[in-house]
Amino acid sequence: MSHPEQIIPHGHILRYNLRERLTHWVAAASYMYLLATGLAFWSPWLFWMAVILGGAPVSRILHPWAGLIFFASVWMMYVMWAPQMKHTDADRKWWAAVRYYSTNQDDKMPPAGRYNAGQKFLFWGFFWSAVALLASGVVLWFPEYIPWNLRFLRYLSILIHPAAALFTIGLFMIHLYMGIFAERGAFGSVIRGDVSIAFAKRYHPGWYDEIVGESSSPRK
Amino acid sequence: MSQATLRVQKISGHAGSVPGEDTQREFTVCKLIDTTTCIGCKACEVACVEWNDLPFGETVFDNTYQTMPQTRWNYWNLILFNEHEREDGSLMWLMRKNQCMHCADPGCLAACPADGAIVQYTNGIVDFQQANCIGCGYCITGCPFDIPKMNPKTHRVFKCTLCTDRVSEGLEPACIKSCPTGCLHFGTKDDMKDLAEKRAKQLREHSNFPNAGVYDPPGVGGTGVIYVLHDASNPEIYGGLPSNPHVPWTVKLWKGPLKWLGNVAMIGGLIGLFVHYLRYGPKAREEEDIGPGGTKT
Repeated sequence: MSHPEQIIPHGHILRYNLRERLTHWVAAASYMYLLATGLAFWSPWLFWMAVILGGAPVSRILHPWAGLIFFASVWMMYVMWAPQMKHTDADRKWWAAVRYYSTNQDDKMPPAGRYNAGQKFLFWGFFWSAVALLASGVVLWFPEYIPWNLRFLRYLSILIHPAAALFTIGLFMIHLYMGIFAERGAFGSVIRGDVSIAFAKRYHPGWYDEIVGESSSPRK
Repeated sequence: MSQATLRVQKISGHAGSVPGEDTQREFTVCKLIDTTTCIGCKACEVACVEWNDLPFGETVFDNTYQTMPQTRWNYWNLILFNEHEREDGSLMWLMRKNQCMHCADPGCLAACPADGAIVQYTNGIVDFQQANCIGCGYCITGCPFDIPKMNPKTHRVFKCTLCTDRVSEGLEPACIKSCPTGCLHFGTKDDMKDLAEKRAKQLREHSNFPNAGVYDPPGVGGTGVIYVLHDASNPEIYGGLPSNPHVPWTVKLWKGPLKWLGNVAMIGGLIGLFVHYLRYGPKAREEEDIGPGGTKT
């Protein structure tokens, strides 16, 4: 199964189409707003972040709406990518060798497809956190309408919301680190959409083979 | 005297020290409500609305003498009427004046993320500063007594101030002033505690209320509003007065261990990633350097 239409002249391959890139940046923009305003509500030491974003009352009003936008974009990612994010035997092998990945010995890694096991973990981590954040966020949006005998919903939400948010912050920091610093070429790919053949072969050999229509090992 | 009582000892969502904390010794003020001598006249309700200039809303009839089912953002003081059948078959008509309890350990203040939206003065009064309120409603979740109420129009939360403006001028709160039976008292916590215990003892020894006692729940550090109850062993019968109120444990977990753990993890993560980059650097310097199969050429 080859996809020659994804091969771009001058040694590049299309990795993310426009819809994928747009979805990514809608999620990124809304997430960063949610992060800044959320951290402002998290700690008095970071309250100034809400102040510079237009004041804390404004942040309180817009945070839930930004949350809806974020969830919609994550849902779009689910629709686009969920089939590609299934955990496979290759991913099990990838996790077993993750110490080589984290120490930049990528030549010792089992070949990854379009997404490696770490990227799949990031995806599912963000997806399920987004579900938890939405469910608890709706309660925190309208706490005054939760009747007294259902107050356990408020008690649960006020714990689940920051816990899930902290988990996504961990994922987010690793995501930024990998995308901007560790893998040169990754950040450009989510802006322009393409990666070099060298990038594809090095990080996603299984995916590269799929594109150029080879079923053999990445070495040729 | 007037300014001194407004010295702040606890501030919500505040980074750094609190100006009034431990700087001064002051009497804690306290309201004593003797439910055994309340006649349900609602003079305190009217006095509260009048003194605080609260816009009057429609009352709600729900087959009791109660003015409305619950306190509102513009109705801070509500007498709850409950009929209770005792074991011997006799009926008790319980009347409890419900309002903010002014906890020594306020759950609303603990949950509030807005700097200075909730303060506790050195005299113990817990007060909302609507100018600093951001309308998040976390105080509603933090309160074990269901007291803070949101104004749907301005999205700000309101509750009883214990007439801070009167108390700071040496006056008693408006509700106390209006009470015709003397079931409401105002003074220092020690004096009110003493008076309440005397009244409870009297009820136990002379009025056939063997379970009479004082409601000053230790779960929230004691309260700035205390009750004398005919049956202190069962406060729930007084319109759901919680028998052992606490700041919800999830709020404590969130503001305590989770906050600590989360901050350490976030700062540790940033440092960890930075050190990782110093140690290992990027996976490949330039895309073009990468040869087939991931080996550097």
